[in-house]
Amino acid sequence: MPELTAEVERLSLVIEIGRMPVRVNTTDPDFLAMLERRYSGFLGSSEKAEMEFDVELVQPGFVQPSFVQRDSVQPGFADPDAGVRVTHQRGRWSLTRGDFRAEWNPAARRGSIRQSANPYSIDAVLRIVHSLVLARQGGFLLHSASALRNGKAFLFAGVSGAGKTTISRLAPPDATLLTDEISYVRKHDDGYVAFGTPFTGELAKLGENVSAPVAALYLLAQGPENRIDPVAPGEAARSLLANVLFFAEDEELVQAEFHSAFEFVSRVPVSRLTFVPDARVWELIR
Amino acid sequence: MSRLFVARNPRVAARCLDGEMMIMSGRDSTLFTLNRTATILWQAADGTTPLDEIVQSKICPAFDVEPAEALHDAENVARELASHEILQISEEPIPPATALAGESR
Repeated sequence: MPELTAEVERLSLVIEIGRMPVRVNTTDPDFLAMLERRYSGFLGSSEKAEMEFDVELVQPGFVQPSFVQRDSVQPGFADPDAGVRVTHQRGRWSLTRGDFRAEWNPAARRGSIRQSANPYSIDAVLRIVHSLVLARQGGFLLHSASALRNGKAFLFAGVSGAGKTTISRLAPPDATLLTDEISYVRKHDDGYVAFGTPFTGELAKLGENVSAPVAALYLLAQGPENRIDPVAPGEAARSLLANVLFFAEDEELVQAEFHSAFEFVSRVPVSRLTFVPDARVWELIR
Repeated sequence: MSRLFVARNPRVAARCLDGEMMIMSGRDSTLFTLNRTATILWQAADGTTPLDEIVQSKICPAFDVEPAEALHDAENVARELASHEILQISEEPIPPATALAGESR
């Protein structure tokens, strides 16, 4: 008589971004291989992951969008993941978008993701989870490029078209790209540290998995010459908030993120970087 | 004519930076930057001081304006801020326990 049940092998890998190891479990070896390629350079070996997600793979289109979706950018926050809904109830976070449904219990450090076998859904889940963790720690994900040079990290914030990809592409050999799209900023002692991320923009090139103290935030603008101009504190805070990636419909976290932005601008110089698209702009960034 | 009392909504986050008061709604993340009148009003909105007293003691000296006109403008500002749920307004004093929880840092 044949066995009615079979042992399903559980496969896993650890994705470590911002020194936060997240274990992802799956039963599909092809999906695992795809993740290994996607997060190459960000794979951890730690056996002690800070949280763990079980991925259940379903057919594309099987995950339906939630009935209520945010259909526009929330004022004040950049939102590259249109249609994402992140809510908190009874200690659990619920993350939904048309292509995935996920749950995360921070106390248990466990969660689940229901998606098809694609790298984009889990990428969005990771961004959201990291943004939630960082919000409680005074950090954030920022819609900005970032690079490391001379042991310091520089952030370049701006909406699409402001020049994040361009300035990343112009980076000289002695600069290390952390990301061309989404920067990872963690509060550390009296300052902030930026980490490389695998979250890419038009450049489609993963950042390096390294980190450095944040030396400056530049608000990007394109113009007829390369120059750096001071920015008033209020404008700095507004611009920072406009570029913070934040998804949660949660008053406490919104307030925490708001105050984190002000802490950041009180500790990190914020300037406007106007540049023409040529490599000489990097002479100003040291 | 009844007096109006105003209190800061505890469900918003607020910061004053370089003279600019910025407020974010915890409900929907909307960011507001208050003008000078609204900033004075916000800072004085303790729930127990009537609006006309705030106008008399804080707004008139700052803007050199007639009290009646200033009160009219202040009421409009207060109602607009209340429509965004930044301020609470009432014809009765608003208990400090609920009024001051969201005071700006």
